[in-house]
Amino acid sequence: MSVSSIPATPARRIPVGRMAVYAIVFGIGLCLAFAPFLFKDVRAAEVAARICIFIVLVASYDLLIGYTGIVSFAHTMFFGLGAYGAAIALKAWGPGWDAILIGGGAGVLAALVLAVLIGLLSLRVKAIFFAMVTLAAASVMLVLASQLSDITGGEDGFTYQAPRLFSPAFKLFEDADGKVLRLFEVPLNGKVAAYYFVFLSSFVLFLVMMRIVASPMGTVLQAIRENEMRAEAIGYKVVAYRTAIFCIAAVIAALIGVVRAVWLKYTGPEVALSFHIMIDILLMVVIGGMGTIIGAVIGVVVMSLAQFYLKDLMQVAADATSGFPLLPDLLNPDRWLLWLGVLFILLVYFFPAGIAGTLMKKGSVR
Amino acid sequence: MPTPSLRTENLTIRFGGHVAVDHVTCAFQPGELTVIVGPNGAGKTTWFNLVSGQLKPSEGKVFKGEHDITGQSPSARAKAGIGRAFQLTNLFPKLSVLENVRLVVQARRGVGPRALSRAAALTDIRDEAMGYLESARLADVADYPAAALPHGDQRKLEVAMLIAMQPDIFMFDEPTAGMSVDEAPVILDLIAAIKKDMAKTILLVEHKMDVVRALADRIIVLHNGELVADGKPDEVMALPIVREIYLGVGAEDEE
Repeated sequence: MSVSSIPATPARRIPVGRMAVYAIVFGIGLCLAFAPFLFKDVRAAEVAARICIFIVLVASYDLLIGYTGIVSFAHTMFFGLGAYGAAIALKAWGPGWDAILIGGGAGVLAALVLAVLIGLLSLRVKAIFFAMVTLAAASVMLVLASQLSDITGGEDGFTYQAPRLFSPAFKLFEDADGKVLRLFEVPLNGKVAAYYFVFLSSFVLFLVMMRIVASPMGTVLQAIRENEMRAEAIGYKVVAYRTAIFCIAAVIAALIGVVRAVWLKYTGPEVALSFHIMIDILLMVVIGGMGTIIGAVIGVVVMSLAQFYLKDLMQVAADATSGFPLLPDLLNPDRWLLWLGVLFILLVYFFPAGIAGTLMKKGSVR
Repeated sequence: MPTPSLRTENLTIRFGGHVAVDHVTCAFQPGELTVIVGPNGAGKTTWFNLVSGQLKPSEGKVFKGEHDITGQSPSARAKAGIGRAFQLTNLFPKLSVLENVRLVVQARRGVGPRALSRAAALTDIRDEAMGYLESARLADVADYPAAALPHGDQRKLEVAMLIAMQPDIFMFDEPTAGMSVDEAPVILDLIAAIKKDMAKTILLVEHKMDVVRALADRIIVLHNGELVADGKPDEVMALPIVREIYLGVGAEDEE
């Protein structure tokens, strides 16, 4: 037997798949960085901002499920705490940075405290019980948000104003006539500022997470996922690490929740707390590739584009096939969820480790 | 007698009605290599689990030096200098061979909690880990996932990880099990090298007679969870009870 299955000096193969994934992600990054100048309609701006926010949300969830093997259903709860914190303060005190800072800060702090409590109380137990505890906590938060309607606006949520810097009427730069300066035909107004607030916040948070997974702690997290008992045996307090990453992920989710609240100028259960978001996060992390962080970028883009543009695409396809029997009915935009389901099944079938996860294995020894 | 480096006192664990380890009291000195023998199911691995903390005893105590460590977690015991290699290969399968050892070095140096420094930039930790891989002749496969290694190399990695812990107490659980005749010497050399350091205490569960003869300063025999013999190798091997329970099964194990 000895070392027969592995050559003594492994031939250095070129990690083609890894390079392809980095190229794709870099391309997406460029598109997002220049989104206001590349995609000029209002809907595209919404999609781009949503993609930025969800990349952070999904990547932070990947820290839990992909890296550490923690299954939590409370991730939108933390996201919502950040969003509601900022939103309630903005509503109460009017549009100002102090409101975002204090309200958002309170939301993030609440998320942290709750994460510590849930973590310490229940990360010792089996994964399935922990998942149930997070599910219960998230349900309670959802009920609270809809019941405390004086503060939260109930099921309908509530709108408020963002700081003046982000209002479409605000001129970032003026030309000689006092009109808003244009760059590539795009007016440099508050809308652009708001987008770059979202983009840069997301970018920084994403870099922080890339750093975390490449750190000594990142390896410990994977070790816990791979073999909890051995991680403990070589000297790591598994519960402490689990609690730590649960808190880190919660804080990041809450921070991006604040950003979401500022961007949307509306907060309600549907956009900040609901289980739909939780399911979206799960699908995105699976499509992108668990345990890759970078897969979040791909998963979010694929899902978001499908969610926003599949209907349009199907309308086009239905029109084009209108002469044929049955096809136009199948391609009717009303059936977009059916096709999204088919797309998801195909992705999982052909990319069992997610798009990034499966691609990165190509041409690699790992 | 100096203070033993490790001592168990009436150590007992029951699983339901079954007594897996039954009031085992024994002490170990630095510089001593003790081989623990006994047929399968004698309680050797269970006794190891009680010492390294994976199991909590129903009764009895474990002392590291003067300290009662019975209530401590496995991670605390690892920090206190009790290192353990496992019988069934117990690695981090998807992580690379180097990462497996780096995790150990990291844990010992206490850099595990550092979430914002780049692991790749901590070259001294990497170099130290590579050193252990070289001594276990695994440097060539450092970048492979541990799961991709053949069985013999996984056993070597297991031992390299234990050595990387730099413990005071080394616990090897059948380190050469399932290894080919030409591979086992690498591991035995590593154990012999540890033995030269008179400050270390080595506990070794082993079936192979040649290994036992070559390394043992002392042999203890477990049978049905009880300590039935304890002494110098020649004396213990000569005992009738040992010939009966151990050699009989030992011959079977050699296959």
